[in-house]
Amino acid sequence: MTSLLIQNGRVIDPANGRDELADLLIQDGRVAAVGRGLTRAAAEVFDARGKVVAPGFVDLHVHLREPGFESDETIASGTRAAAAGGFTSVVPMANTNPVIDTAAGIKFIQERAGADAAVNVFPIAAVTREQKGESIVEFGDLVQAGAVAFSDDGHAIMNNEIMRRALEYCAMFDVPILDHCGDLNLIGHGVMCEGEVSTRLGLPGIPPVAEAIQVARDIALAEYVGGKVHIQHVSCALSVEFIKRGKERGVAVTAEVTPHHLALTDACLERYDSNFKMSPPLASEEERRALVRGLAEGVIDCIATDHAPHSATQKDKTFDEAPFGVIGSETAFPVVYTELVVGGALTLPQLIEKLSTAPARILKLPKGTLSIGADADVTILDTEWRGAIDESMFRSRSRNTPFLGRQVHGKVAATIVRGRVVYRDGQVLV
Amino acid sequence: MKTPTEAQARAAAHSTAAPTPFQRKHLLGLEDLTREEVLRILDEARGMKDIFTRTVKKVPALRGKTVANLFFENSTRTRTSFELAAKRLSADVINFSAAGSSVSKGESLIDTVRTIEAMGADFVVMRHSASGAPHLLSRNVKSAVINAGDGTHEHPTQGLLDMFTMREKLGRLEGLKVAIVGDILHSRVARSNIWGLRKLGVGELRLVGPRTLLPKWFESMGCQLHYNLEEGIRGVDVINILRIQLERQSENLFPSIREYQVLYGLTTKRIAAACPDALIMHPGPINRGVEISQEVADGPQSVINEQVTNGVAIRMAVLYLLSGYRGGPLSEDE
Repeated sequence: MTSLLIQNGRVIDPANGRDELADLLIQDGRVAAVGRGLTRAAAEVFDARGKVVAPGFVDLHVHLREPGFESDETIASGTRAAAAGGFTSVVPMANTNPVIDTAAGIKFIQERAGADAAVNVFPIAAVTREQKGESIVEFGDLVQAGAVAFSDDGHAIMNNEIMRRALEYCAMFDVPILDHCGDLNLIGHGVMCEGEVSTRLGLPGIPPVAEAIQVARDIALAEYVGGKVHIQHVSCALSVEFIKRGKERGVAVTAEVTPHHLALTDACLERYDSNFKMSPPLASEEERRALVRGLAEGVIDCIATDHAPHSATQKDKTFDEAPFGVIGSETAFPVVYTELVVGGALTLPQLIEKLSTAPARILKLPKGTLSIGADADVTILDTEWRGAIDESMFRSRSRNTPFLGRQVHGKVAATIVRGRVVYRDGQVLV
Repeated sequence: MKTPTEAQARAAAHSTAAPTPFQRKHLLGLEDLTREEVLRILDEARGMKDIFTRTVKKVPALRGKTVANLFFENSTRTRTSFELAAKRLSADVINFSAAGSSVSKGESLIDTVRTIEAMGADFVVMRHSASGAPHLLSRNVKSAVINAGDGTHEHPTQGLLDMFTMREKLGRLEGLKVAIVGDILHSRVARSNIWGLRKLGVGELRLVGPRTLLPKWFESMGCQLHYNLEEGIRGVDVINILRIQLERQSENLFPSIREYQVLYGLTTKRIAAACPDALIMHPGPINRGVEISQEVADGPQSVINEQVTNGVAIRMAVLYLLSGYRGGPLSEDE
């Protein structure tokens, strides 16, 4: 019987409304007890004095790049980046090579994760075969194989009829479609958000309505067919507005926002640095504020990183030729803690809810809580720490981060997956 | 007692007159330059133009320096102008035509330029179809980078030569009313003109074109937007006409060349709305009969050929001033 006693931390467990100084006892990978002065003998004691003990973070949106793009990331490296960022569970997108669109693909992810992963990996599958947007996958077979959701992330589904049928069919299995919105005709050759900055820089723009139009469409379709839709990486005020109205109408719609959309704007692109190029693109300060407000008001349910590794060889190109995407696993907590909690938009318990409890609830994952008997996935935070984001924090194979050098408050002190310390004081231990 | 005073005065005058080195390594765009730097280039170009009138049109200012012309997009005009400017300053010139070769993709851009640098290029004059390509380069190579046009971003030497021409012809830039007509959205010439002219206190800067090619955000750059040509050019001192790319029609940015010509083509009748002696400018190459009529292009108000001449003087001034870079503290590109 293995055991770990986390002593004297501030235990914040939004699922149980808990926020108090307490000890947390883990036995055999499960939460065994939470309370003051737990004296039961434990094989290992973790001194969490001055630290925050939270349910492990859940990231609904990462790209582990395996199979197919292993020079950018692997299941091994990407889950270590997640561990370094306090994420105990990740949901890898299906836009690998080959695309994960069959039960065999799900099996591959499960097997590789079983052998190599540092944190829990919950696989998903594509909505359409090869993510071509033309024909739907075998949702039933994939759910049985272990797919927890479906997404064509990286590719918007342009055909309204296909989207309708996917939402309609998928609803039988009570799993959502994780929806990457962005009308391809409006996006065209755009590489950044259309506006004052794109006009000055002479870069082709993507109008925010390209996203909002599909958000509106998919909420309307979900309402019509009784489907479940989760809007990925919301990036503009109009999308937030449509999600809010959808929720008011009782549609089963949820939404995520990334740390970079919460913390950065298109003004960051002044130097044509491709480490600020992602899809959807960074927008204006006005849009950014709408996202913070949307998150604070609960219109946007959770934070997800859209960790999208690309090697330097791919990113060291002219801005228009460089691929979309930035990494985000390792930097997520310090960035959002600084922006939202120090910035006054959210309380720390609210932030923890957005990083763990809410994303787990969206996919009905048995995670995001420190209830007795729950999987002992725990993230320990040092909210007193201040410093700059530096090279030593990264575990990803890629370094395409927009946050290098950024001054932040707070960091992840340790990450515990089913009772096992996988990351502590800057070291990945698995 | 008179002599030392005079000597002191002379020495003092000399020390203030001695030009300080131009504290900038690269020329990436006019947005980055200060008003003083723009003026310095324009003033220096005047002296360079004087060299043209000599029997020996060459000075040794850049002897022993190497200028690499690296054109990832075809441009006979600008490349030739830079080549002549470099040669008149006695620099060696390498012409590297990258368009169509194996290096026309950005992934090898940095490697390509490092190769040329390894051969000893002091200046890289680059034209590239990607906005920001010279910025990427300036962070990755040691040579001085001169932007000869990047995508739809800037074309700083064209902006400078346009301003030089206006200043030479009209005697000033302060208070002038200038209209730029055409595909503003995709024009690097327009952007460089906007930044330069705004810094030098132009009176009114009007942008004229169809709404699809003239997004509202140009207002934040200190411009007035006009969708009607007659209103846009009424009473202006300068009309700078941009080339319309025929491919924009297929992008549905305007319905047809015919309609564009009807709404925005500059004819003798139309230019009467401007000042009687308004300058007619065009960065070339011209689509005769589309954005500008034959009569206007070749008419008495046209300074199109003088723009070409002045381009050489401006490029000489830029090369000369950048060669004085000493890595001083004002440089922001290190």
